[in-house]
Amino acid sequence: MSKKAVPTADQKDAANVACPGPSATAPINAKLSKEEKIELHRKMVRIRRFEERSLRSYQSKKIGGFLHLYIGQEAVAVGCCSLMGKDDHVITAYRDHGHAMAVGMDTKALMAELYGKITGCSKGKGGSMHYFAPSLNYWGGHGIVGGQIPLGTGLAYALKYKKLKGAAMAFMGDGAVNQGAVHEAYNLAALWNLPVIFVIENNGYSMGTSQERSSAGPGLAQRAEAYGMNWGTCFGHDVYEVRATMDKFLTLAREKHQPAVVEIDTYRYRGHSVADPDKTYRTREEIEEYRRTKDPIQLFQNTLLAEGVLTEALAEQINAEALAEADPAADFAEASPFPTPDDIQKDVYWETDNPEKRTSKGRLFFD
Amino acid sequence: MAVLTYREAIRAALAEELTRDENVVLMGEEVAQFHGAYKVSEGLLEKFGPDRIVDTPISEAGFIGMGVGASMLGIRPVMELMFWSFYSVAFDQILNNAANVRYMSGGLINCPIVIRGPANGGTNVGATHSHTPENVLANHPGVKVIVPSTARDAKGLLKAAIRDNDPCFFLENTLLYGEKGEVPDTEEVIPLGVADIKREGTDLTIVTYGRSVLHSLAAASILEKEHDISVEVVDLRTIRPLDIDTVLASVKKTHRVLIVEEQKPFASVGSQLAYMIQREAFDELDGPIHRLATIDAPAIYSPPVEVEQLPNPQRVLKAALAAVA
Ligand SMILES: Cc1ncc(C[n+]2csc(CCOP(=O)(O)OP(=O)(O)O)c2C)c(N)n1
Ligand SMILES: [Mg+2]
Repeated sequence: MSKKAVPTADQKDAANVACPGPSATAPINAKLSKEEKIELHRKMVRIRRFEERSLRSYQSKKIGGFLHLYIGQEAVAVGCCSLMGKDDHVITAYRDHGHAMAVGMDTKALMAELYGKITGCSKGKGGSMHYFAPSLNYWGGHGIVGGQIPLGTGLAYALKYKKLKGAAMAFMGDGAVNQGAVHEAYNLAALWNLPVIFVIENNGYSMGTSQERSSAGPGLAQRAEAYGMNWGTCFGHDVYEVRATMDKFLTLAREKHQPAVVEIDTYRYRGHSVADPDKTYRTREEIEEYRRTKDPIQLFQNTLLAEGVLTEALAEQINAEALAEADPAADFAEASPFPTPDDIQKDVYWETDNPEKRTSKGRLFFD
Repeated sequence: MAVLTYREAIRAALAEELTRDENVVLMGEEVAQFHGAYKVSEGLLEKFGPDRIVDTPISEAGFIGMGVGASMLGIRPVMELMFWSFYSVAFDQILNNAANVRYMSGGLINCPIVIRGPANGGTNVGATHSHTPENVLANHPGVKVIVPSTARDAKGLLKAAIRDNDPCFFLENTLLYGEKGEVPDTEEVIPLGVADIKREGTDLTIVTYGRSVLHSLAAASILEKEHDISVEVVDLRTIRPLDIDTVLASVKKTHRVLIVEEQKPFASVGSQLAYMIQREAFDELDGPIHRLATIDAPAIYSPPVEVEQLPNPQRVLKAALAAVA
């Protein structure tokens, strides 16, 4: 089964040489400074180098559990999160490293979380699938397919209730769209005009199940029509296009409380998780074709080179810096202490973490 | 003291907390225009308006999950489940998201949500509508579980739950909504995790909660009058946090224990209590701990038989006599 292409206005099938499509001149992109463009590129490169480093750590058994890599999808998180204003919020599923870095989380804390260390962003209590940074409006990192979508809708509800002019972006994979909770959230968002964008990162597969083997109907975003919601699709390998598309829907959400479903066409190069040998459900050739023709980092680098924003030397330097950031993050993680057994029962209740403010009595923990 | 029904007491708690804190909202199926399936929220829409009293579609996973998300951003949603039995379709939102989000974020996120509604059998609505999930809920560290038996407790405990910064699950009872009781005129917030001795006695401790408190009290007066047995009735009021100290103090006084609960027996609240009592007061016991639970089967419809499936005064009486024998 091969990946079903998401129909987009502007198919860029040619090769990684592709340079600006019409999105480059969209106002949201036209107004970017040279530095801001370089920053978009740098973020994508940093995410990829970080994840490659984490993979090495996983292979040397420093990291437990699952490790779902985002490699190949970087333009989606970076493009979307680059549009965030102070009252915009993000929530996503377990393939969450890219979003965490896109909102600005510190790679040391992210790597330490993978290592299960107390210096991790969740103190070693969440792991790869459960990164959180509420101070950066980043609400996780959720392990149950589709389970985060009602929460994202709740973030939007809270924004509207508090009369804040922000929007929530609730990310999910193409496999999540068949979960009931997702449809319940769609209905509530549309019924109550909540400022939420449901972002489907369509990488073609949910584990080893291709879209045509899991999802009825012509397209995933189109299901929004059943709820009278706006929807759109976009070519997610081009960070400019992600920004141009999302900007349109985010503006409608912030200004008019219109929710939307946006399906972003993307691709993951690695297996579903590091444990997936990736041999049975897609071909090597398909993966190679994506790498060769649609790599989001290579495409954008070429774009910026053609724009004269990047030079080969600067591109090389950005890459070297990203590599140089990943290693110390791993060193930091390695050197950090694990939580102790005493930490197991911390962060369970607000009340036991704030004993001086506790109002309840009685036992909260049992043995 | 005013005499209020349990229903009115809950309504009063809601109204007071909605007035006190503008971040409190009440949401659920039929809570606004219909005034609540059990009329608990009657008049609140008129008083607080549709932004604060919100009718939801029949979409428990969606709206409860939405409430959890909103609570992470500082809203204090009180979500009504028409029946707690319907928690099963929102299980992931309640027990994965609400219960775990603080922990998995290393303590960065609070989830000050209240989920409330009736959880009881005895109304001939069959197995799907008669679940009593307090044991299932309390099995999850991170949550608080409250089961009030009287109007006064319902009011004071609900106010505490709404002010609490952890997820609180508040289990009411359709057969108690009409029960009257005295409620103080001045504001009373009853701390979670404090058991209440509803009747003092010296020969037998009955540990119970919810509507079973009423059955236990009824049995206790018969035991006193007809058998000269003095029963102490300890109403837990909150399952988690658990006021085990009050239970143990009573056991030290009476040396005999009967647990009465509207629960399926396997891995029930009573199972946990029995473990803790034997572990912490073994030498005080003059006999094995007894337990009266729901007869172990899905809730039967047949009206006269359902009465026999659940704890009732006659069953409590019999179990108490066995416990002191
Ligand atoms: C409710 C639930 N069912 C199954 C799983 C196991 N599982 C984890 S990820 C996944 C595939 C999801 O694919 P998709 O939504 O397309 O996201 P992607 O992995 O492609 O990012 C499955 C089946 C789960 N975590 N949660
Ligand atoms: Mg997928």
